[in-house]
Amino acid sequence: MTRRLEPLLPLVGVLGLFAIWSLATFNKWVDPVLLPSPATTFQAFWKGMDGGALGFDFVKTVYRTAMATLIAAVIAIPLGIVLGSSEKFYRSLEFVIDFFRSTPASAMFPLFLVLFGVGDETKISVAAFGAILVILFNVAYGVMNARKTRLLAAKVMGASRLRVLFDVMLLESLPQTFVGLRNGVSLALVIIVVAEMFIGSQDGLGHSVFEAQQLFDMPRMYAAIFAAGALGYALNLLFILAERSFVHWGGK
Amino acid sequence: MSAIQHAFRAESTGVPSSPAVGAFGKRPHVTIRGLSKRFDTAVIYDDFDLDIPRGELISVFGPNGCGKSTLINMIAGLIPVDAGQILFDGMLLSEIKFGYVFQNYREALFPWLRAFDNISYPLKMMKVPAAERKARTEKLVAHLGVKLDLNKYPYQMSGGQQQLVSIMRALIVEPEILFLDEPFSALDYEMTLFMREQLQKLFMETGTTTVLVSHDLEEAVYLADRILLLSRYPARVADFVQYDGARPRTDATLSEAGFVRTKAHCLEVFQREVRRS
Repeated sequence: MTRRLEPLLPLVGVLGLFAIWSLATFNKWVDPVLLPSPATTFQAFWKGMDGGALGFDFVKTVYRTAMATLIAAVIAIPLGIVLGSSEKFYRSLEFVIDFFRSTPASAMFPLFLVLFGVGDETKISVAAFGAILVILFNVAYGVMNARKTRLLAAKVMGASRLRVLFDVMLLESLPQTFVGLRNGVSLALVIIVVAEMFIGSQDGLGHSVFEAQQLFDMPRMYAAIFAAGALGYALNLLFILAERSFVHWGGK
Repeated sequence: MSAIQHAFRAESTGVPSSPAVGAFGKRPHVTIRGLSKRFDTAVIYDDFDLDIPRGELISVFGPNGCGKSTLINMIAGLIPVDAGQILFDGMLLSEIKFGYVFQNYREALFPWLRAFDNISYPLKMMKVPAAERKARTEKLVAHLGVKLDLNKYPYQMSGGQQQLVSIMRALIVEPEILFLDEPFSALDYEMTLFMREQLQKLFMETGTTTVLVSHDLEEAVYLADRILLLSRYPARVADFVQYDGARPRTDATLSEAGFVRTKAHCLEVFQREVRRS
């Protein structure tokens, strides 16, 4: 009986959080203006998502994050493979990659504003910039850490260098590539939401949170935060599911 | 080591051995001359000569770290030699077909390919058309009488099954020579016994020249026509012992006088080499 209930364990934390939240608002432990009740918040969430402004902002943020990740992947994956297949090449660029990987991408935002203006390009390119370095680093490491025995096995069977690259290194690096993609999409979302709070933004979840705060519309603000959280979780889950179907041998 | 010394040993223990070079009464399959190899400051091989006879199963045995695997890795071209020449019937490695079985089957097979595609991969490298690859793989499977679901991925198989797939991958090219680097050392004892029989069966059927590196003396003698005993590095041929027990060898072989005598002799040579340091 207890075993059959085990899959429900993650719900305990969720229900607990709602219980505390409800109690806090019901007993007025927190100013209701600062923390609206769960019911009010979800009403605002539902109203916003069901044909309201929140739904529109949500779609905008999804679009920007997806574009940024796509651009980053298209640039970083081939580059990472090239870098990873030559250790000397990677070592000579390692410092530059590590330095920019450690630089908060949000610090680059004003620079990109000057370069691209206040439109979507700026937001997407800053997010892509951050994601590129994360994906690049992971792909290169995945290629570099391909099992030596497997590379030797391919060589012994007469595989050319190019064959080894495509038949072995590329597949060997896939699990690490997915780690990079997952981290990359998370970072892209963070940067996009921050960028949407900046000047000149008309829409997006970041804008929605910021605007609700300015108008002191707390239920709407919490609803937008919740939407951003759900989006982040869903993107992560999406990549985990994609990894499981692509890299069926992972962890085995 | 001179022929006179060999003759002397043969008399004293009754175990026949042959010199490292020449004197098989037939043309050797592999000739190794002046082989030298060093790792950093350690000289593993220094002007090493050896002939490997055709159609025999040679076990390589010696003290830990003496360069047993290094020897077959150099012969199979996995690691470069510093100096020396290795010829196969007068030809270079690039001109012959050979198979190599790694100790670590988990890392040697491709986990993203089904067992069937793993086995036929070397044919793909030889640019054999897909239909023929399929036919040849099926033929090999039928020939060996292997009862395996080849639609499975390696990680869905037991260790022994995976190593069997590795061996089949090495055999698919119909190699002239087969190298095995401690192929059974990662398997449990039950599986090891089973795999020894499989290897013996294969060898009896194909008669392919086989070089087996082993860290188990009983296994080395049991499977071999000749046991190559190496000294500590720089490796010399401590003895090249002949064992001509009738095949198929079975559990009963292990208690036969000839086997026991050969094994005892090998152990004596081995211990003399270990003590020498």
